[in-house]
Amino acid sequence: MASRQLGAGTVIDGFELHELLHGGGMAALWRVTHPDFDCPLVMKMPFIGWGDDPGAIVGFEVEQMILPRLSGPHVPRFIAAAFSDHPYLVMERIQGSSLKALVADLPRPPEEVAAIGAKIAFALHDIHRQHVIHFDVKPSNVMMRDSGEAALIDFGLSRHERMPDLLAEETRLPVGTAAYIAPEQVHGVRSDPRSDLFALGVLLYVFLTGEQPFGEPTTTAGMRTRLYRDPVPPRALRPDCPPWLQEVVLRCLEVDPRRRHQTGAQLALDLKNPEQVRLTERAERQRQDRLAAVAKRWLRTRGGDAGLPIETVSAHLAQAPIIMAAVDLAPEFGSLADALRLTVQRILSIQPAARLTCVNVLKTALLSIGGPENTGGANPYLQRLVELKAWARPLAIDEDRISFHILEAVDPAAALVDYANRNHVDHIVIGARGSSTVRRYLGSISSHVVAEASCSVTVVRVPGKAH
Amino acid sequence: MLLALLTDIHANREALDACLAHAAGRKPDRYIFLGDLVGYGADPGYVADVVKDFVAQGAIALKGNHDEAAVGSAAGMNETAHAAIVWTRAQLDEQQRRFLAGLPLSHEEGDRLFVHASAFAPDRWGYVTDEFEAAKSFGATRCRCTFCGHLHVPAVYHVALTGRCGAFTPVPEAAIPLLPQRRWLAVLGAVGQPRDRNPDACYALLDTRNAHLTYYRVPYDVEGAARKVREAGLPISLSARLLAGR
Repeated sequence: MASRQLGAGTVIDGFELHELLHGGGMAALWRVTHPDFDCPLVMKMPFIGWGDDPGAIVGFEVEQMILPRLSGPHVPRFIAAAFSDHPYLVMERIQGSSLKALVADLPRPPEEVAAIGAKIAFALHDIHRQHVIHFDVKPSNVMMRDSGEAALIDFGLSRHERMPDLLAEETRLPVGTAAYIAPEQVHGVRSDPRSDLFALGVLLYVFLTGEQPFGEPTTTAGMRTRLYRDPVPPRALRPDCPPWLQEVVLRCLEVDPRRRHQTGAQLALDLKNPEQVRLTERAERQRQDRLAAVAKRWLRTRGGDAGLPIETVSAHLAQAPIIMAAVDLAPEFGSLADALRLTVQRILSIQPAARLTCVNVLKTALLSIGGPENTGGANPYLQRLVELKAWARPLAIDEDRISFHILEAVDPAAALVDYANRNHVDHIVIGARGSSTVRRYLGSISSHVVAEASCSVTVVRVPGKAH
Repeated sequence: MLLALLTDIHANREALDACLAHAAGRKPDRYIFLGDLVGYGADPGYVADVVKDFVAQGAIALKGNHDEAAVGSAAGMNETAHAAIVWTRAQLDEQQRRFLAGLPLSHEEGDRLFVHASAFAPDRWGYVTDEFEAAKSFGATRCRCTFCGHLHVPAVYHVALTGRCGAFTPVPEAAIPLLPQRRWLAVLGAVGQPRDRNPDACYALLDTRNAHLTYYRVPYDVEGAARKVREAGLPISLSARLLAGR
């Protein structure tokens, strides 16, 4: 209770309170400063006292447990926490704006929705890689940093797979925000990172149409409706929504997590590359399913099938990596291109949920005069794309597992590494030619990639041709 | 302060040496041995001597049911454990026996309680197998955090202000913050006879500055330890369970 009588000027453990930023809900948020920290700070103080919601305390504990274990641009930086007379949590005050601000001005243009979605998908992938599932993705919990990244806030309902799940003990009721909660969360499953991708799908739907796909139910029974009732397709509400975006959003909203994108990085890849999204029946849907189909699904949900729980978040992510093949298509490269394909094929055969992105670099001069279409002959960009697709054809993998990208760059190695970083690539496969005088002095592209990449790199050579 | 917590060594010299070497690399300030130094394994005298030396340098060692049986009554033990205890008694010299006989049942410092089996009637050697048994233990002590062994299967129990008790299987090397607003009961894994289907030796480090508890799994020469059990003429099942970790 004491925390409610605090005011500007109060100093707690060296943190000086300035102004109350937010006073409602389960916690008060104060802008604070500390002589040891330059960055803007915010102090979160839960309301704890007689008559207060015990959920506020547990949520505070969860955040206190999880936030110090997260790092990177997609979360607020943890500064300090204490549970004494005035329990508090101090973190970086993110410079940027809350996505909630946009809610008053819906719907948004499809391109903007896709761009926001890709940023959030990356943010989710980043926390999933750190063993955390957010479980409460919604506009008010997403900040867009001035520097461009999406940052997730409020980890009060989250789960760290290597820590005790304090919320699971507290309640057997579904934990989350009713409008955004994933079907498996309604069943009480708190171990699937794809639940966050479902919530992101709801967010994208809301931003695209201005409507809630599943309403805002107030009961568990109401939340269960999403297990059998499909949402109105976005294009029925918003005719200018491109089919590819409807495809992506409805895939996020699949009841069975196995039918969604398997990772945030894979979802982001789709949102950033519309032309490569494989369209299915989802893209064409014009209306909700007929009642007979809905009734059939309803009957199935009576069995309480929650699907198979996944083993661990890290194991799940490891099963669904993004593999990047850096393909050089120079004529003298024939046998190496074959060797590269063979290596990629081996990787894909043991990782059926992997996605392959084939990348080729079109080297440009530092100062190019006129676009590629001015070179007289065929468009070199298009020609490369055709060749790249031809290279991949013998792999015979499903369209929705593969994409193609031609990068234009002065420095091919830097372009490849940059592409891999931006798209959260897990594994680069690249060919290396034999040695030559130039490469001995300047270093090869593959050795630059090996040195600079932040993921695993496999270098493929043609046996016997190394020297 | 960094505390190394080792329990259920069970006369397994190879496992103890591996855990001590692993812990030494992390420079703990103190060692706490939570009982069952002997019984089952082939090196009771060695283990008793090593722990005795640690105690002489400030370590805490507690008594487990096998330590008690080795110097007193073995009532209530199953056939295999009893056979091992009869063998063990013959291996110990007078000094080692006196050391084991003099071990205390529990140790308290600050808001921490260390005990071999459970805070609830420590001399009755109950097993903390579930939330119900954990609640019994919580009810028997005023300490916020309890550390015990005896079960040979790592687990962490926690109770919120709301009174709900939760259980968690610790992940090796992932530090668990023992949050101050909760009570905690950590069942440590066994150094010398793991039973969670992982044959690697288990011990834990507790950092008292931030109340972080980290479980570790340490591979050791399990074949060597198992062979010595067979060569000593101890029940063959004791060798097999070391290899299988159960």
